[in-house]
Amino acid sequence: MSARFRFSTALVVSSMLAIAATLVPAVAQSPQSGDVVKKGEYLARAGDCVACHTAPEGKLFAGGRPMPTPFGRLYTSNITPHVETGIGNWSADDFYKTMHSGRFPDGGLLYPAMPFGSYTKVTRDDSDAIFAYLKTIAPVRQTNRPHDLQFPYNNRSLILGWRTLFFNEGEFKPDPKQSDEWNRGAYLVEGLGHCGMCHTPINALGGSRESEAFQGGLIPMQDWYAPSLTSNKEAGLGDWSIEEISDLLQKGISTRGAVYGPMAEVVYNSLQYMTDEDTRAMAIYLKSIAQDEPSPPKPSVRTEEASLLISLGKTVYDKHCASCHGAEGEGKPPHYPPLAGNQSIQMESAVNGIRMVLNGGYPPATAKNPMPHGMPPFAVTLSDDEVAAVASYIRTAWGNRGTPVSAAEANKLRSAPLQ
Amino acid sequence: MTLVFVRGVFLASCLSLLGAVASAEEAYPPDMADRVQACTPCHGEQGKGTNDPYFPRLAGKPAGYLYNQLEAFKSGRRKYPPMNYLLAFLTDDYLRQFAAYFADQRPALPEKPPTDASAAVLDQGHALVTQGDLDRSIPACVSCHGGSLTGQEPGIPGLLGLRASYISAQLGGWRYGTRTATAPDCMQLVAGRLTEDDVRAVAAYLANQAQPADPAPSATGSYSLPFACGSQPEKGRTP
Repeated sequence: MSARFRFSTALVVSSMLAIAATLVPAVAQSPQSGDVVKKGEYLARAGDCVACHTAPEGKLFAGGRPMPTPFGRLYTSNITPHVETGIGNWSADDFYKTMHSGRFPDGGLLYPAMPFGSYTKVTRDDSDAIFAYLKTIAPVRQTNRPHDLQFPYNNRSLILGWRTLFFNEGEFKPDPKQSDEWNRGAYLVEGLGHCGMCHTPINALGGSRESEAFQGGLIPMQDWYAPSLTSNKEAGLGDWSIEEISDLLQKGISTRGAVYGPMAEVVYNSLQYMTDEDTRAMAIYLKSIAQDEPSPPKPSVRTEEASLLISLGKTVYDKHCASCHGAEGEGKPPHYPPLAGNQSIQMESAVNGIRMVLNGGYPPATAKNPMPHGMPPFAVTLSDDEVAAVASYIRTAWGNRGTPVSAAEANKLRSAPLQ
Repeated sequence: MTLVFVRGVFLASCLSLLGAVASAEEAYPPDMADRVQACTPCHGEQGKGTNDPYFPRLAGKPAGYLYNQLEAFKSGRRKYPPMNYLLAFLTDDYLRQFAAYFADQRPALPEKPPTDASAAVLDQGHALVTQGDLDRSIPACVSCHGGSLTGQEPGIPGLLGLRASYISAQLGGWRYGTRTATAPDCMQLVAGRLTEDDVRAVAAYLANQAQPADPAPSATGSYSLPFACGSQPEKGRTP
């Protein structure tokens, strides 16, 4: 509804402008091209272009944001329409080639930090709309900063090998056996949403295989675990309602849990702007891919040690956590998530739970949840033993089926990057 | 909850009709204390500070100053990763509400910790804080932060209730350019003229001051500034 409201305001403003334009010669823009630009702006949101192509305190889409990778540091490029330093000289064909094939206009190869492995699924029409939108933003003179990669990764021809192993070029092909809604969701999740960049395991070569799509993995350089979207034991949404999934994606909070860490960024910059229809479509697709039931993880902490940990954990929990999350882990949803039955706490990887205890965090402020409640960071007030104890307690209490964690695991995450 | 908030905004509008300075963007909901719980392990309930010497008291500092800091942590201009991380995905409107909430709090100052500074050091601090050093063009702290050192609306913080280690770390940050404010950065100019001994003396003296009779910051324009300050624009003066 609010989108429609904005649209009608835009119409009023544009008719006023049209009246004013009788006095000033303006650049002619047909209503149709205006619609294309609007669509492009929306799709650029869906693709979260801004998150990487705008530096902190930098100009919109002028690039220059450092992207740490295991192979060195990349700097994102200027995608404003500046003729010399941006993409002002590009054609729509050039732009499509970059999105679809991962090649610059001169044929040069893009590093796969740019998610062309996902963007290749974007249709030509949608690529053209994004390009039309980018042409309307303010051109910024800012020369691209050279990448700072270690030998041998500074040799771009290596990308050819990477492409052979991991890149499947081709637009999204709808599955005729599924509904239009499902196909729209799949297109957004697999294409512009580039969810697989984090939620598919990344191997030592920085690649991910289609056969392992959305199975989750530790995000390199960030030390957050991107849970599997296909396993109901992790972030698999098989037993969530469509409304709960939609809330998580669009508001950043739901009655089942909230987003945090890198996913808070995605909701803040991208998903909160999706229409209710597109959000629902993604929810339907995501619910459908969650099915399998992997075998329960084995505890890595010895039993006697674990029972001591868990009894200390209950003491810490009652003192610091129960006032919000409830004596029985029931929470006060949606602002204080339930911990009992919460998948993200019981996953084999305990990284995210430990990090939430150490670093706390706010879910993103979104149009539908503009004033989120935040989790306090306990890095300063709790010792490694206490962090491990409380994490072990919440992973195993109230019928939760996680495993205990050690103080060493908690200590290791104290130095995890906080960006 | 939305209803309560709307009522808050409504009240604030009534107040502004009555001539008060409250503005709708600064109105915060009645349950704001719950929403800023993430701040309490380091800054204490109501932002009154904790025993940890590295985390500052927030309570009663002018809202403009607090907002500038929140914004600087959000954008990364002021670097402290745990803060940068917490604020990254909050909106400017919401951060203004954080600032307004902490500015309104008036918990008592903490017991001042025993000082290990010598009388000579405290005297040197006293002189710099209250008179400055004309020969070295160092203005007195009181000339901007107010005679009772409780700050000045809207952008100049109070200096009481902070530990010596926090104050010296911040002055050090300004001297070395790791902490900056909106240009012209008057505090960088001042801190750049201080020696390490000056910093130690000022920090020890400030941390040793008792609770003032009135903890509220001085009103905007109470003290005319010796330099143009980006975070405290003055009428008729272009920063």
